[in-house]
Amino acid sequence: MATEGQQHPLKLYFLIWGLLFLFSAFSYGTDFLQDGTVRWGLILLFMLLKAGFIVGIFMHMAWERVALIWAILSPPVLLLFLIGFMVIEGDYVETSRIESFVAPPEPEGLAHD
Amino acid sequence: MAEQGTATADYANSKGFVADWSSDRQTFQIPWGKAMMWFFLLSDTFIFTSFLVGYGHARIATASVWPNASEVFSLNLFGVDMPLILIAIMTFVLITSSGTMAMAVNYGYRGNRARAASLMLMTAAFGAIFVGMQAFEWTKLIFEGVRPWENPFGAEQFGASFFMITGFHGLHVSAGVIYLVVVARKILRGDYERGAGGGNYEIVEIAGLYWHFVDLVWVFIFALFYLW
Repeated sequence: MATEGQQHPLKLYFLIWGLLFLFSAFSYGTDFLQDGTVRWGLILLFMLLKAGFIVGIFMHMAWERVALIWAILSPPVLLLFLIGFMVIEGDYVETSRIESFVAPPEPEGLAHD
Repeated sequence: MAEQGTATADYANSKGFVADWSSDRQTFQIPWGKAMMWFFLLSDTFIFTSFLVGYGHARIATASVWPNASEVFSLNLFGVDMPLILIAIMTFVLITSSGTMAMAVNYGYRGNRARAASLMLMTAAFGAIFVGMQAFEWTKLIFEGVRPWENPFGAEQFGASFFMITGFHGLHVSAGVIYLVVVARKILRGDYERGAGGGNYEIVEIAGLYWHFVDLVWVFIFALFYLW
């Protein structure tokens, strides 16, 4: 096919390359912060920024036709449901484990079946 | 091609989206090899997300303490304990390889065969370095007693998650190294100059898509497994 290939100035690639380095350094820096909302928020922020640069610029998604962008980027939205369900399920399993296995032993006489 | 006329004009908006999907012709106006690579990467996205969600579930559900990755993966360099230093170096190596790959795609479309092929080989070399460092990391952890079923640092599920996720990612990097070397060799040999549509170097972009995806997955593993 005689479609024009993805041809972009090298300068743009160098800029994104630099930004990826910078954000990687920043995410590495979060390791020295205290655990908490700020740290986790920054980890996610830098992760999503880096992912956006890689998909958008390096993989040229920003210049693709909308038909392809939607076909590729919309199915993963389903994964957000999987993540949500598994967080709820994981919390439940942890609670049951703590109640059944970690809690102090029951008094004598109450036989388990 | 000739029929691209109207659809190309507004390909970047919702009108173009409807036109591409509703017309009685192929939906994706891109080379089929590129479309198939994107679909493969989409399926791979689901695989890696499932692994990461599985790891997240195990980590949430366990009643024992999750090992502190910052300490587990620390390395003693020049007498100083550096947390996660090897992982940080691996991250930079992989990003560097992504940069050389993006340049290879650029030179490929310019028809500069020698430059494109050598940049691809450079990318493959960075990939090999990455896998080498991963092998070193695995060796170190195995000697410290980390197994898929137990480890001296805390929750048992740590080892299973670690070997599964980094192993599958390392496998992807290794496959990518082989893929890049094969394509670079074909470029140097002049395979893409011959036949119908000669001088077409979209194969470099397709190989690049795979390589950038491997880097993309590492971004998520780095954030969710090592840093969290």
